[in-house]
Amino acid sequence: MAPNNALLADADECARVGAPVVEILSADKVFPNGMRALAAIDLTVTSGEFLTLIGPSGCGKSTLLKLIANLIEPTEGRILWWSGGFDRVGTRGRSIAFVFQDPTLMPWSRVETNVRLPLDLARMPVAQSRRRVAEALSRVGLEGCARFYPRQLSGGMKMRVSIARSLVIEPNLLLMDEPFGALDEFTRNRLDADLVRLWWERKLTTVFVTHSIYEAVFLSTRVVVMGARPGRICKVMSIDEPHPRNEGFRNSPRFAEHCRALSALLTEVSVEHMRS
Amino acid sequence: MRPLAQSETAMTVAAPLAVGLIMVVIWEIACRTLNIPIFLFPKPSDIAAKLVSDWPALLAALGMTLRVALQAFFAAIVIGTLIAFLFVQSRAIEMSFFPYAVLLQVTPIVAIAPLIIILVKNTQVALTVCATVVALFPIISNTTLGLRSVDPGLVNLFRMSRAGRMQTLWRLRIPSALPYFFGGLRISSGLALIGAVVAEFVAGTGGRSAGLAYEILQSGFQLDIPRMFAALFLITLAGVGLFTIMVGLSKLALGAWHESEVGTEA
Repeated sequence: MAPNNALLADADECARVGAPVVEILSADKVFPNGMRALAAIDLTVTSGEFLTLIGPSGCGKSTLLKLIANLIEPTEGRILWWSGGFDRVGTRGRSIAFVFQDPTLMPWSRVETNVRLPLDLARMPVAQSRRRVAEALSRVGLEGCARFYPRQLSGGMKMRVSIARSLVIEPNLLLMDEPFGALDEFTRNRLDADLVRLWWERKLTTVFVTHSIYEAVFLSTRVVVMGARPGRICKVMSIDEPHPRNEGFRNSPRFAEHCRALSALLTEVSVEHMRS
Repeated sequence: MRPLAQSETAMTVAAPLAVGLIMVVIWEIACRTLNIPIFLFPKPSDIAAKLVSDWPALLAALGMTLRVALQAFFAAIVIGTLIAFLFVQSRAIEMSFFPYAVLLQVTPIVAIAPLIIILVKNTQVALTVCATVVALFPIISNTTLGLRSVDPGLVNLFRMSRAGRMQTLWRLRIPSALPYFFGGLRISSGLALIGAVVAEFVAGTGGRSAGLAYEILQSGFQLDIPRMFAALFLITLAGVGLFTIMVGLSKLALGAWHESEVGTEA
């Protein structure tokens, strides 16, 4: 994949951008019930990119993301993280954060404790972690909500807390599994815009799962179109548009063009599926 | 929002109190106008008079019954929680032993109380054992359910954060189980009292260490019906007291976050 122009403009990033972060080498996943979720997946996630997995329900997008997170293991094939095995991710000072479909907050803990959780589990002293929690909360625009309980927040705010919790470990790879799927469109658009800004500021390598064409086009540098039964990669499409993107891009003819192209790809995939 | 919340708390206390008061007044008037003899159905005023005149004996009996009930309750909490922790260690353990916990639950305590009283020499201990058997099951089943009811997303999050077994237990499993555990406590506290009273009925202990059930039996033999009612009233009062304490504890522990305790203002 050719890194887009805007990314190349940042001289410091040139050395880093494009290096492989995760390499999936002909991975298969068969569940114990015999269902073949993924077949012969070959995919390389490169540093600094915003990669989106899109496809119909049951195409294994979430399963692929869980493989990347090492929450499950492939039945066949191999996965490399920063050119090594998963056991070396931590020892080399790299970390992977996961944002789930639901906010998955601990209802018994205040927002600050929820955000601090990954640091607590890594036994970081509170004096040290407090600053990082405050920073993560301010980055998602929730400075004033540290002492709230999750039940006091709206769905969009809970999702922001979930994102803050993923950012607090300063991850090298961010995985997001349809994080805004349950939100209304207005809230989703706002969070998408904030996410693009966050990604751009940090050059944070991100793998994002969605089934919204608009979301995929707005956010991504590269979109992977997946097909179902078994889950497989059908097409890869680059969205070569300058960053950081904003509402202006969402209303531009270029945006509509990309959406149309992606939509056509998805239709092609589903037609292929019907024939087979 | 505040005045409404206050008036609502007032309602939850005042409304049932008013109903109780009206019932007592009707009861008193009915007994007086129908001239019902005291040994058939005493008036509330007769019961109140008896409660005052026999207060030292009744209080001692209440203390006795409460002691057995509380000992059994605490024993049930400790044993039940330990068993629940054992059950969640593996499905195999739970599957092998859970039917026996059910067996314990479905066997009527009156049927096994005589056996326990014969086997255990000390009557006090025997009564406590009986009451513990009755109070045990809700704690086991609720706590087991609670320890298993963990958000799978949070389990994944803990795994990705490389949390240890103890970290997961303290920061995830135990807090998740608390609402269920307190639900178990509410049921169990009442059952411990019922168990204590039933066991006492079966044991029929006399002498110095007699509880409220013994008072009821004795009053029945002597046709001292007001005293019987007085003892019954104290048992009810103790049960309501225990339940209220459990509700308070649960509010204290879960009030800040759990839906069951939060109310509707959020």
